[in-house]
Amino acid sequence: MSIDRRQFFKIAGLATLGLAGKPAYEVFAQGEDVVDSVTVTSETPPVPTGPLTAHRWAMAIDVRKCLDQKDCKKCLLACHQVHNVPDFGNPKDEIKWIWKESFEHAFHEQDFEHLPDDLEHQVVPIFCNHCDNPPCVQVCPTQATFRREDGIVMMDQHRCIGCRYCMAACPYGSRSFNWRDPRPFIKQVDPAYPTRTRGVVEKCTFCDDRLARGLLPACVEACEARAMIFGDLEDAGSGIRELLRQRLAIRRKPGLGTKPEIYYIV
Amino acid sequence: MFDAGKVIIGLVIFLVLITFPVWYNATIGNASYVPDPQIITTAPACVAPTAYMKASHMDLLNQWRDDVVRRGNREYVAADGTVYNKSLTKTCMDCHSNKAEFCDRCHDYVAVGQPDCWDCHIAPEGGAR
Amino acid sequence: MLENALRGDRRYWSWIALLLGIMFVAFLFYLRQSSYGLGITGLGRDVTWGFYIAQFTFLVGVAASGVMVVLPYYLHNFKEFGKLTILGEFLAIPSVIMCMTFIFVDMGQPFRILNVFLYPTPHSMMFWDTVALGGYLLLNIVISRIVLDAERKGITPPHWIKPVIILSIPWAFSIHTVTAFLYSGLAARPFWMTAILAPRFLASAFAAGPALLILFCFILRRVSKFDAGREPLQKLAVIVTYAMAINVFFVLMEVFTAMYSNIPEHLLHFQLMYFGLEGNTSLVPWMWLSTVLAVVSLILLINPKTRRNEAVLAVACITTFLSLWIDKGLAMVIAGFIPSPLAAVPKYWPTVPEAVISLGVYAMGLFIVTVLYKIALSVRERLAA
Repeated sequence: MSIDRRQFFKIAGLATLGLAGKPAYEVFAQGEDVVDSVTVTSETPPVPTGPLTAHRWAMAIDVRKCLDQKDCKKCLLACHQVHNVPDFGNPKDEIKWIWKESFEHAFHEQDFEHLPDDLEHQVVPIFCNHCDNPPCVQVCPTQATFRREDGIVMMDQHRCIGCRYCMAACPYGSRSFNWRDPRPFIKQVDPAYPTRTRGVVEKCTFCDDRLARGLLPACVEACEARAMIFGDLEDAGSGIRELLRQRLAIRRKPGLGTKPEIYYIV
Repeated sequence: MFDAGKVIIGLVIFLVLITFPVWYNATIGNASYVPDPQIITTAPACVAPTAYMKASHMDLLNQWRDDVVRRGNREYVAADGTVYNKSLTKTCMDCHSNKAEFCDRCHDYVAVGQPDCWDCHIAPEGGAR
Repeated sequence: MLENALRGDRRYWSWIALLLGIMFVAFLFYLRQSSYGLGITGLGRDVTWGFYIAQFTFLVGVAASGVMVVLPYYLHNFKEFGKLTILGEFLAIPSVIMCMTFIFVDMGQPFRILNVFLYPTPHSMMFWDTVALGGYLLLNIVISRIVLDAERKGITPPHWIKPVIILSIPWAFSIHTVTAFLYSGLAARPFWMTAILAPRFLASAFAAGPALLILFCFILRRVSKFDAGREPLQKLAVIVTYAMAINVFFVLMEVFTAMYSNIPEHLLHFQLMYFGLEGNTSLVPWMWLSTVLAVVSLILLINPKTRRNEAVLAVACITTFLSLWIDKGLAMVIAGFIPSPLAAVPKYWPTVPEAVISLGVYAMGLFIVTVLYKIALSVRERLAA
């Protein structure tokens, strides 16, 4: 019975993929055998077909694919480039939306004692988990950070009073504060995207502006290993759901009940 | 109970000081000129009538801001049916590309010198102060 | 009534000048902070709250502690505190104002602070804390003003003030409870996520606040004609004794739970405070000092002979206050951030600008205390004359 349903979704997923109207993210989201039929690299971004929408955006990270690319920083460079993230060159003032953290630290609550050789002392990309039950949103006194209906935890820098309560509440250290004026520390300012001002909090937004333009998040697009799979978790036929059906995924600190939406496939 | 004379003198000094900007500008003549913002534009029409934009552009911008950031609603339909992208830098500044000549002239005049917009949003090249 | 604050001897005016001078220097540092940003403090990406928020937390306790003289007087008709209630309220007002100022100087965008009321958010504890503190300030201003005015005119205060005073009692408990909820509801910070945090906050507040009030009364006895009397201060000392004992008991309960359960994410914070963690030992000497001071306080306070000796009592009050300030006004906030959610052990220590700005806020508080006490005592002196 369950196999039947699985196969049904598989077929349904592949069938919808063939339909012209299905957004480009599905292409990425499908398994690798399907991806090969469409060549998409960072040089030739997919042609936008209207805004990308979902009931609940989520991301899966294929950790082994990511680790195959030794010392790769393409996702974070792309993200920090398009979002005008400054580089202060010191950990105190540091601002980061996505970064590489050692597996042991990213999942330190698991207290991994003996990891497989290929995971030990390796780094994985971490960023905002876009929790279904986000503590940052709960504590924000002005609703400057809020959860959109499609699951994106947004940040309204216009409203932020800079109290940093969200940073105290985030169990993942995903948020950064502008301790000083960031502008002089942005290597190459992209005028199409705003910078931030001192005194406000910022973080990953799942590239809400790119989704609105029909583009995938910058990190997903930049990942040549296609280790980042972005899709709709409520669409049973989506690539991310298919992947989660096939492989074991772990999430960071699931015991806190925040329901993080970033899945690490190990 | 108190010395009425001293209180009155104190009040007069206070009033003179607090109204200082008004009569200073009146004497110097700074208040008499009328700002002349340069409407540098390539499009035939703005997103709303000029009178409305003059009086309420800040309301429209706040509305756009909340629509885009908080509601994910990025399309603005003008009265004539034209669809615009709700964006300060990509729509407004597309036509009014010279911030110094367009925004700053009036804002300086009314002493709302630098609205917060430009702390984060980036004005087109050449128009920045 | 305010004119009473404008008459004073040279000692009074030099004290006022000193406080204004400190406030001025601190203001210059604040201007620097507002142009550079909060990066001027020792805070950073991992330790995002520090000295400012710790002072705020500590002072909420001092503000709430006014209830320890108000409650016995109004609910138990404990007449001996009659002369002290106004001092308690006049300590609460500047404490709340200092709390608000510490929040203000900690904001990244202080001029947007009204957003808290423009977009009221009931699911945020910070919203409720703002409401609670604002209400408490208002209550204390109204109560002290009405009661002192009646005293000055030699009439009984209007009847409607009684329910307002009764309301201020649970309200005082609420401000410190909600302040504890700011911390204890955060799943991300195991050190703070303890149900005992609010009771512990109240216990330490009801020790530190009345200890400060006793010290103020000793000072007033020297610099003014006001004498609170021996017995009221002894009764306050008993309150300090019980509260301090309960506070130490609560701390030991925390230590037991962390040590015996042996859960690293609870244990590591205590390790950081008392023994240091991965080379971060900045809190260690302070925590042991706080412990020694707490033990000394308890010995001096519990023993009736030492407590009844006013000179010794003064020492006990100083040690109590310092011990609790270190615990709550320094370590409690910092230790919650170390280690970080990613198991890093960041370092934090307040910088000079941060310390000067904090000093300035304290100077402002002392300035308001001085002016208010001057007014209250001048009214009393005139009545006595």
